Order: sequence, then C-alpha cells, then structure tokens
Amino acid sequence: MIPELGHFALILALVLSLVQAVVPLVGARRNSMALMAVGRPAAQGQFFFILFSYVCLTWAFITSDFSVQLAASNSHSATPIMYKITGVWGNHEGSLLLWAMSLSLWTVAVTVFSRHLPDAFLARVLGVLGWVSAGFISFTLVTSNPFERLLPGVAEGRDLNPLLQDPGMIIHPPLLYMGYVGFSVAFAFAIAALMSGRLDAAWARWSRPWTTVAWVFLTAGIAVGSGWAYYELGWGGWWFWDPVENASFMPWLLGTALIHSLAVTEKRGAFRSWTVLLAISAFSMSLLGTFLVRSGVITSVHAFATDPKRGLYILALLVFVIGFSLILYAMRAPKLAGGGSFSLVSRETALLGNNVLLTVASTSVLLGTLYPLFLDALNLGKISVGPPYFEAVFVPLMTPVVVLMMFGPFLRWKDDDLVAAARKVAPAFAASVLIGLGSAWAVDHVTWRTVLGLSLSAWVALASIQLLVGRLKERAGATAGSRLRSITASWWGMWLAHLGVGVFVIGVTLVGSLDQHLDVKMQPGQRTEMAGYTFTFRGAVEADGPNYDAERGTIDVTRDGRAIATLTPEKRLYWAQGMPMTEASIDIGPFRDVYVSLGEQLESGAWIVSLYYKPFISWIWLGCTLMGLGGLCAAADRRYRRLAERDAKVGAGQQVAGAA
Amino acid sequence: MKAKFLVPLLLFFGLAGFLAFGLTLNPREVPSPLIDKPAPDFSLARLDQPEQTFSLKEMQGEVWMLNVWASWCVACREEHPLLVQMAKRKIVPVVGLNYKEVRGDGAINARGMALEVETGMAIERARRWLTDHGDPYVLSVLDIDGRVGIDFGVYGVPETFLIDRQGTIRYKHIGPITPDTLQNVLIPKIEELRRAG
Repeated sequence: MIPELGHFALILALVLSLVQAVVPLVGARRNSMALMAVGRPAAQGQFFFILFSYVCLTWAFITSDFSVQLAASNSHSATPIMYKITGVWGNHEGSLLLWAMSLSLWTVAVTVFSRHLPDAFLARVLGVLGWVSAGFISFTLVTSNPFERLLPGVAEGRDLNPLLQDPGMIIHPPLLYMGYVGFSVAFAFAIAALMSGRLDAAWARWSRPWTTVAWVFLTAGIAVGSGWAYYELGWGGWWFWDPVENASFMPWLLGTALIHSLAVTEKRGAFRSWTVLLAISAFSMSLLGTFLVRSGVITSVHAFATDPKRGLYILALLVFVIGFSLILYAMRAPKLAGGGSFSLVSRETALLGNNVLLTVASTSVLLGTLYPLFLDALNLGKISVGPPYFEAVFVPLMTPVVVLMMFGPFLRWKDDDLVAAARKVAPAFAASVLIGLGSAWAVDHVTWRTVLGLSLSAWVALASIQLLVGRLKERAGATAGSRLRSITASWWGMWLAHLGVGVFVIGVTLVGSLDQHLDVKMQPGQRTEMAGYTFTFRGAVEADGPNYDAERGTIDVTRDGRAIATLTPEKRLYWAQGMPMTEASIDIGPFRDVYVSLGEQLESGAWIVSLYYKPFISWIWLGCTLMGLGGLCAAADRRYRRLAERDAKVGAGQQVAGAA
Repeated sequence: MKAKFLVPLLLFFGLAGFLAFGLTLNPREVPSPLIDKPAPDFSLARLDQPEQTFSLKEMQGEVWMLNVWASWCVACREEHPLLVQMAKRKIVPVVGLNYKEVRGDGAINARGMALEVETGMAIERARRWLTDHGDPYVLSVLDIDGRVGIDFGVYGVPETFLIDRQGTIRYKHIGPITPDTLQNVLIPKIEELRRAG
C-alpha cells in the first residue's frame, strides 16, 4: 500500500511540475499577476509530493519490503539501518528520485529566497525549472519506476553493493546531486533573462550566490567521492579519470568559469553573451553526465544497469532542453553586444583568459570521455582513453590557469599598465620558481613535473600573502584588526579558494612524485620496512559484521622504535552477493598517510599485505575544503542581501511602470 | 540572427547525433579474434561423470552453444532462468564450460590447495548449483585451472559462443544473454547456421 501511495504522490508531483512549467510562463507573457503567482505554490506543492514519495520508498527499504523490486535488489534484512536508508539512492531508480528531489529543493529555495526578484522574472525562472523537473519526473515514472512490485515477493533481498556500504555513500551522492542540479538555477536564471531580454548587472548579481552555492556542493561532492575512492577501493588512488568522475568534473570546470564570468558581468557589464552560454553549458554538462551514467554508451565502474530505452528518453530530454536553450541563445545573444570595454591588459582579460582555458579543459575532458564512442560510431575501432591522455592535456592547460589566477587580482579593472603590474609580482614569481627548484631538490625528486607543481604552489602562496598585505594597506582603519574586518566576505572567498588551489596542487604533486608502495607476503610476527616505517604483522582474526564475514589483520607501525599506529585492515565477504571487499586501514597525518590493505590469504596464516606511503595526500582534500569554504564566504557576502533589498524596491517601481 | 551564435547549437546537434548513434552500440562488446575461426580444441572432464572426458569432436555436425559459467558468478544467476527456458523449448544444445569454479571465487583461498581437493570441491559446488537452479546443459565440463577459458579468450563470465556444424565459432556474446538478444540475435543466427548446413 505505501509504495502505491508513493507512486501516486510522484504522479501528482508530475502534474504540479507541468502546472509550474506552463502557467507562470503564460502569466509572464500576458503580464498576468494571478497566473504568475501560481508558480510558487506549484513548486512548493511539488516538493511536498516528491518528498512524500521519497519517504515511501525509504520506508520500503527500512521495513525490508521485498515485494518492492528495488528493495529486493538493493537491500537485505541484515543490512545496517544506515545503509538501508542510503541504499535508496544506490541504484538507478532511487537516485533519479533523489535527482528530482534535489531539483525540487532548489526550486523551493528559489521561491523562498528570491522574494525580491521582479515577479515576471521569478515566474520565468520557475517555469524553466518546472520544465526540467517535469522531464525528470516523467523519465522516472515512464522508464524507471522505483515502486515496481515484485510479485510474489522474495524472502530475502540481494543487498546493496558492498562497495556502497560505506559512510561515503551517506554524503557523497546527496552533495554531488545538490551540486549537479544546483546549476539548474543558474541555467533557469539565464534562460529567464534571455526570454525577457534583460541580461544586465542585476541578473548577474542574482545568479551569483546561487551559482556559487551549487559550485560549493559540487566541489564538496567530488572531494568526498574522491576521498571515498581513496580508502574504499583499497589501492590508494584518489582520481581515476573514469567517465563518471569526468561527468562530474566537466560541470565543475564550467561552473568555475561561470562564477568568474558572472563576476565580470556584474561588475563591468562585459562578457554577457559568454556568461549566458556558460550558464547553459554548465547545466548541459550536468545533463550530459546523467545521460552518460545511465544510458550505457560508455563503460564505467559507476554505470548503473542500463537499458537503451532510458538512454533514448534522456537523450530526447537533452535535445529538448539544450536544443531549446541554444536556439533561444542564437536568437537573443546577437543583441547583447557591448558592455564595459576593456583593454588588453586588465583584470577582465585575465579572467577571460582563465575562462577560455577552463572551457578548453572541460572540452578536452569531454573529448577524452567520448573519444571511444566517436571512434566506435565511425567504425574506426574500439579503444579506451586512460589517465595518460588526461594528464598530458591537463598539466599544460592548468599551469597558465594557476599563474593567471594569482596575477589577475593584482590587475585593475578596465585598464592597467603591464610593466607596472609585472614589476609588482616579479619578485614573488621569481621566488616561487626558486622555491620550486629548491624544494624539489630537497625532497630529492627533481623532475620537471615536481618542480612545476611546487613552483606553482609557491606562487599561489606568495602571491596570496602579497595580495592580503596589499589589501590591508589600502584599507582605512587604525588597527590591523579593523582593517581585516573591513575586507568583504567575497574578497576573502576569492582569496581562500585560490589558496585552496595552491594547497591542492602541493598534494597532487607530492603524492604523485613521492608515494611508495610495497606488496609483501607477511607471516604473523614478520616485519617489513618501507619509507622509514617498520610494519609488523600480528596476524589476522575473524571479525564478522552484521551482513558479512571478515578477517581483520593487525599491523603495528613504528618509526625509529617509536609506536606510530596500529592498523587493522579487513578483508570482508558480504553474504548476499558473495562479494569480497577490502577495507583499508589508514593512519592519517598532516604530512603523510600510511595506508595498509589486506590482499589474499596464503597458506599457514600468511597474507599478502599492501603497504602505501602517501605524502601530503590530505592536502588534496584540504585544498578542496578551502575552495569550498571560499565559495561559502563569497556566497555569504552581505552585499547580495543589501543590493537585493534595493533591487526589490527598484523592481517594484518597474512593475508599476510596466503595468501602466 | 548572426551565424556565429548558431555555432553552439550546431556543435550540440553534432554531439547529440553521436550520442544517439552510441545508444545502438555496445561498448562492452570487444570484437573477438576468434569469430569465424575454428573453436580451440579441448578435452575436459565431464561434471556428471568426471572419469569421462568431452571434446569438441562430439558436437561435430551440430549447431551448438558453449556457455561459460560458475557458481560464484552473480550475472550467471541472472542469465540462468533463460537458459533453462531455452533448454525446455529445445532451441539449441548448450554445453556448459564451468570456469574456475573454486579458484575464481574470491571468497575461497585456493592457493596451495591440492588439485584433487579443488576438483572435488568444484564438482560438489557445481552440481549443487545445478540442482538448485536447474540444469539447462546437455553436459558441463570442468575447466578447473581456466586454461580452456584462456584459449577461448574469456574475460568476463558469463560468455556464450555459438559454434557451427564444422566447429567454427560464429558468434560470441559477453555478459548474460537477455530475452532480447536471444530473440533478435541468437535465434536468427542459429537458424541461419542450420540452413547453411
């Protein structure tokens, strides 16, 4: 009964999303307040029904109702309650429902936090979001009904894939989806602005906090996913250039470009058509990612069970949404010429340069991801594209991005003197190259990659300090404290996020060049040395869990006779799927991780043990955290709220004028 | 409308075209160099009578299928009911190649296990599995160490090979057979091969 209620609620949500898609748009066209006002309650009602539907599905998982097909295939009565709840999104159907729910949540957030927007504009935004929502809910209902019954039911479920029974599963998908789907708000703002022909600084200012928050979610989602892969897959990698990872990385790159482009459009009125195109593209990449994961055109470790009908439906949705947006763009963009002019040496140019580089980077990831498909379609053979391609493409593209990223803030808007600006940063730049060389030499790993990576990080760090000092000097205020406080939150956001990139680069560089790895056969009591650490294997004992059998090894780690950690990696066998799993055990430190996982058991109590030494790997996630915090600071800037109030007053004035 | 603003739209349509075409392709399907080549010969112990062996010659003159399976293989479980149904409908004789029954199972540590012990365990597990799930095979053979699997280029289980009267491999299917592939690919091919004689 409850699953049927959930199914029914989802159908009601679809009806409301269609109302939301049509009525406010008609209202905006006819300038009818009554019709425009329908958008808000329709969006909120839709959220209520999707949430209800989602709770019903979760109920089927919690109560182990194995007459529901989805629960039977993805849950088990012995699964811990947390993984029963998260198992709802560990499959195609349930995760689509999560997708629809995040979209609906964003829409409700727009109805709540955008009271100051002009009514016609808000109506158009809600209309566009309504179309996207209708597309996804109908996709769920038509091709992937999560409430499908399995009659007669089965006594026991097949359990959630053991790889997904991990705390990472609790937060990674919701964060990632909030990020992915959040770009739909920036997209809807852009389309609404194109429809009304009003692409001005106000539009950019309205979009900025939304875009930044979505970007923060996506950053966090990707970072958590990468951390999860690092400890769960058991071989210490943190990024695999898997198509599905790429599918989340492409919108991230474009979203990063969009955030910066919006800044220019707001401050200087420039790049307007470019900003709109980025807003459309960032969301298109999210949709494309959804298509790639769920259609089966690309092989990936993440791919869900696939069905060509689903692929066709999403492709149709893709063509409808993106095709429509780009046609609208082609019609309206030519009128958007102008905006603030700027000379070749200016902050605008630096931002434009980085935007172009980020877009090219995103395109090359897309190309690498789809290249096997292109070749196959053209009958040129089957290949797969791996990390060497992406690394070869990425380093040369990202190097100028990092250099420009720190140089841009030293430049003035509109026009600056190249010689003066260069003189300002030259000492820091020269010092970074020396620090890069010196530190690479100090760690005894002088390769061009290590030198480059360390120089770039040094450049980010030194330039950040110089920026902060310069900023404090130009601020009024008697004490350093009052000067610090007078700096705006958006400036701190920029500063932190850029610093985060530097920290991230240190992590990537050092773990890439200095990590060590050893696979050894160890008898209980036996010792092995690696990277200055001594590992003593104390043997393995049984350590069964709620829905798996396991053997837990104990390994003492010491350094120069001092105890560092006792690590307990496990080898688990999950009953329901008969799937073996490796649970790594990690001693996390600020400057290095010591990572141990169990391989195969050999005769007479010996095991193959994999030992890893991962210098500075936490800096990768520390960098991501700084970027995310930077985004939060920027989005929290008081300016948006202050100006929003002003816009509301101006908007109200215009409304009266428009009605007259 | 200026032409340059149409560029994104055209690029997108080009991409969508490829994606649409991509839906008709199967990226998991790696072309097998064995297609239209004689099936690699082998002689393996039968599961029902381990003292007897089976070799390719016994199927000469028949169109038949070789299905690679193991009791630890989850996807085989998915495919199995369809095989049982095929056997009931007498569509084509299917020989089962039980592949690395013991050492392929991640849950068992087969290293250092004596071959006789492993074989005994394999027979017991495989027989129990067929009793539990139904036996659609004319007979099954035991590829304990996976050597025959290597000759056939097996990289994922289940895999299915369609072999003609002369003992030539005519088609290879990777992953579980679906009702759709059975109806639209396998049955037409089987009929074609039977007509060809």
